[in-house]
Amino acid sequence: MTSFANTPIPARVVLNQADIDRALTRIAHELLEANKGPRDLVLLGIPRRGYPLAVRLAEKIAAADATVDPAHIVGQLDVTMFRDDLSRQPTRPPLATVLPQSGIDDKVVVLVDDVLYSGRTIRAALDALVDLGRPRIVRLAVLIDRGHRELPIRADHVGKNLPTAAVEKVRVHLTETDTVDGIPTDEVVIEGSV
Amino acid sequence: MKHLLSTQDLSRDNAILILDTAEQMAAVGDREVKKLPALRGRTVVNLFFEDSTRTRISFEAAAKRLSADVINFAAKGSSVSKGESLKDTAQTLSAMGADAVVIRHWASGAPHRLAATDWIDAGVINAGDGTHEHPTQALLDAFTMRRHWSALTGSGSTGGDLAGMRVAIAGDVLHSRVARSNVWLLRTLGATVTLVAPPTLLPIGVESWPCTVSYDLDQTIAQGVDAVMMLRVQGERMNASFFPSTREYSRRWGFDDNRLRALDELGMKDTIIMHPGPMNRGLEISSAAADSPRSTVLAQVRNGVSVRMAALYLLLSGDFREPAVQPSKETTR
Amino acid sequence: MSTPTGTYLIRGAAILGGATEDLLIRDGIIAARGIDLQQSAATGTAESLDAGLTVIDGTGLVALPGMVDIHTHLREPGREDAETVETGTRAAALGGYTAVHAMANSNPVADTAGVVEQVHSLGISAGWVDVRPVGAVTVGLAGKQLAELGAMADSRAGVRVFSDDGICVHDPVLMRRALEYVKAFDGVVAQHAQEPRLTEGAQMNEGEVSSVLGLAGWPAVAEESIIARDVLLAQHVGSRLHICHVSTAGSVELIRWAKERGINVTAEVTPHHLLLTDDLVRSYDPVYKVNPPLRTDADVQALRAGLADGTIDVIGTDHAPHPSEHKECEWAQAAMGMTGLETALSVVQETMIETGLMTWADFARVTSTVPAQIGRVADQGRPLEVGEPANIVLVDPAARWIVDPAAMATMGRNSPFRGLELPGRVIATFFHGHPTVLAGALNTPRRILGGDA
Repeated sequence: MTSFANTPIPARVVLNQADIDRALTRIAHELLEANKGPRDLVLLGIPRRGYPLAVRLAEKIAAADATVDPAHIVGQLDVTMFRDDLSRQPTRPPLATVLPQSGIDDKVVVLVDDVLYSGRTIRAALDALVDLGRPRIVRLAVLIDRGHRELPIRADHVGKNLPTAAVEKVRVHLTETDTVDGIPTDEVVIEGSV
Repeated sequence: MKHLLSTQDLSRDNAILILDTAEQMAAVGDREVKKLPALRGRTVVNLFFEDSTRTRISFEAAAKRLSADVINFAAKGSSVSKGESLKDTAQTLSAMGADAVVIRHWASGAPHRLAATDWIDAGVINAGDGTHEHPTQALLDAFTMRRHWSALTGSGSTGGDLAGMRVAIAGDVLHSRVARSNVWLLRTLGATVTLVAPPTLLPIGVESWPCTVSYDLDQTIAQGVDAVMMLRVQGERMNASFFPSTREYSRRWGFDDNRLRALDELGMKDTIIMHPGPMNRGLEISSAAADSPRSTVLAQVRNGVSVRMAALYLLLSGDFREPAVQPSKETTR
Repeated sequence: MSTPTGTYLIRGAAILGGATEDLLIRDGIIAARGIDLQQSAATGTAESLDAGLTVIDGTGLVALPGMVDIHTHLREPGREDAETVETGTRAAALGGYTAVHAMANSNPVADTAGVVEQVHSLGISAGWVDVRPVGAVTVGLAGKQLAELGAMADSRAGVRVFSDDGICVHDPVLMRRALEYVKAFDGVVAQHAQEPRLTEGAQMNEGEVSSVLGLAGWPAVAEESIIARDVLLAQHVGSRLHICHVSTAGSVELIRWAKERGINVTAEVTPHHLLLTDDLVRSYDPVYKVNPPLRTDADVQALRAGLADGTIDVIGTDHAPHPSEHKECEWAQAAMGMTGLETALSVVQETMIETGLMTWADFARVTSTVPAQIGRVADQGRPLEVGEPANIVLVDPAARWIVDPAAMATMGRNSPFRGLELPGRVIATFFHGHPTVLAGALNTPRRILGGDA
């Protein structure tokens, strides 16, 4: 076996900025279609990268329906304290949970995250949601579904299904949260491919 | 962080991490379900060698809001009062599988002993030791100050420090663990601290502390102050010639109605008055001051739970510690 | 009289760290001293060799007079769980001592002829070193009433040093009377200088560190004010005064001033006060809790200078063993005291000789000659000359070792030097010609035929 420790990890761009934007536009329309309009829709992004994606989706929904104020339908749901791996990981400081003014009771809550993998984050999010109120429906929208589920959880809206090996790492870079070589960038890359 | 023993060795990053985490914990207190599952299955022991109902229930509420199991161990009326040593008590708690020990002790340094010895492999939180430190009190004081200061300066509620804030701490500094913990933490967070006390109630060596010292509360107020923290005068000091009489003490060193008026007259409308409690009304603080809109006494109590949740969470989550379950593994085998 | 102790020839040891010579030890005394004694002994007095001469190679070793501790706690009678005369004197022999002064704070207190004679005879039957009991100044160390100092002086123990050590004789009238009274038998009062009111509840040196740690401070002035008072009292009544365990720079100044005025005062310093500072208390580890407390680095430097210039006369270990449960607890609950017999030589070498402040000859003065004079121990602290009692310690000054309290002969595990690497190792100790320590290890005690000497 050769060691990979000293060799640069090969990174492969699987979605570029235009791909991401297209995927989000499609998801926004799917959401409106599935919900028969924007009524009661609340988008809750899971930090860190789920939140900017939720904001973008809200803006696209607002663009499609002028009655929607994006700021009123988007929020952030921190799931740190609900994770099942708190004692196995380095300490994670909790981040803010911010709900839209309308709250989530009897709403159609769409959880938004960047990558769906084991499903454990979404399990934690469902628990966190229960403590905050009682939505009428909870749906899940993700930019990437890379498989390898460990729990019976599936996404309702997927930007791209990306078959991966477990050793590979999927990295989502968003201009709001990430820079590549110092430049804010939108892209999805796979690292660690053999 | 494995233990929280002192604010002296707390880095600025860790201090701000605790305060930021406490902000998120505070939000939980505003919800209908005031509970988080983060410490489910963990055991927190409140080991109190000195009575302090306030501190104990604050830690108890914090641990319970994080879903930890809480065991209260009051050393009075227990085997400890029959001569059991701290070592034996610690080993007993360890055998019971305690993950964290919140210790209040009349002896300075007792929490350090627990943390430094192999008597117990649990995270140790100092809930006040002798006349040494009371780090969670200082953190809740800093949390209270930061909320006030960030609102005034327009900075965000998280991530910031207390740079530029002027804090006066007045009273029995010599015997005050609150004062010590505050001096170190406020220095770390960038505030400037003035200690105001009768010379008899200042420790020899205070010259080396990162603060200025004054014998004159009026002058300190007149020079401008953003927060005044009054320290409790313990009953046992009153007859030990530290000061001639309680009347003279409250005239010279207490926050009385005249000094409350002085804040208004000097135009310091945003200066807050703090007290760690319990208060001696009429001695170190007048009722009018304690009940004025400037007083943060109740906010401090409220913030205490959030800060202690943050401390417990940060100490007990994460992979810094070996899982403290070795003894139970043996018994299930 | 003592049993025949055999004949030993120490070849080529540096006498007091100076010129290399041989020492022939026979019948408890130094029988010869010179160059290449084996040849001259073989040609001269042939009989000296037939009784089984043991030759010890002294190459690289320093020969010193057996050390005399002016300040030891042997704990017996009363606290045999902490130390016994047997274990304490084994530790002393291993540390290079041939005499120790056993402090009076036993239980019962050594305040009667009966108790001091008991301790004295326990020392004789142990046979490792001379045990010189110290008598209490006041009955039960209570500071109220003089103990029967004369009876103790006249007892078989022949007490000459009187001390309430652990507690200060703070009543000035009582102190004056004690100083006066012991003149009748050439005694000395060894004062534990600690003003009691200024040190109520005191836990550590009062200063920068205590302010941070929130431990009640033990001000230097509490020691210095008593020393100032007592040197004036000693001057007034024309008595001999000894100050135990001087710990502050101010105390050194006061004693220097007193000696300049011709006041008959002697002073001791402990090895731990020559090396350790109150900074160690930051650990809250009670192994660093001691009375008087560890002080600042400025104090340490002043004590070293005072010892070097003769202001401080002697080293006293204040060896104070405690059972582990008295140290495995909160600082405030812990007992005060440190072991010291087995580390004294190394710590003094580290702090005084390695630093160039003192020579081995100075070492002999402060660890043997003068302590024996203060205690009026006639056959200890003598020069390494022909005809003198063979109380000798051989030291390997080049050795280095790491202090391991568990490996010590004392029952006390409370060594503040634990884990430190120190220079100097005792290779052999001769107690009246008998090797109590050989090859760096405990040998056999000296047995005496016909009871007390």
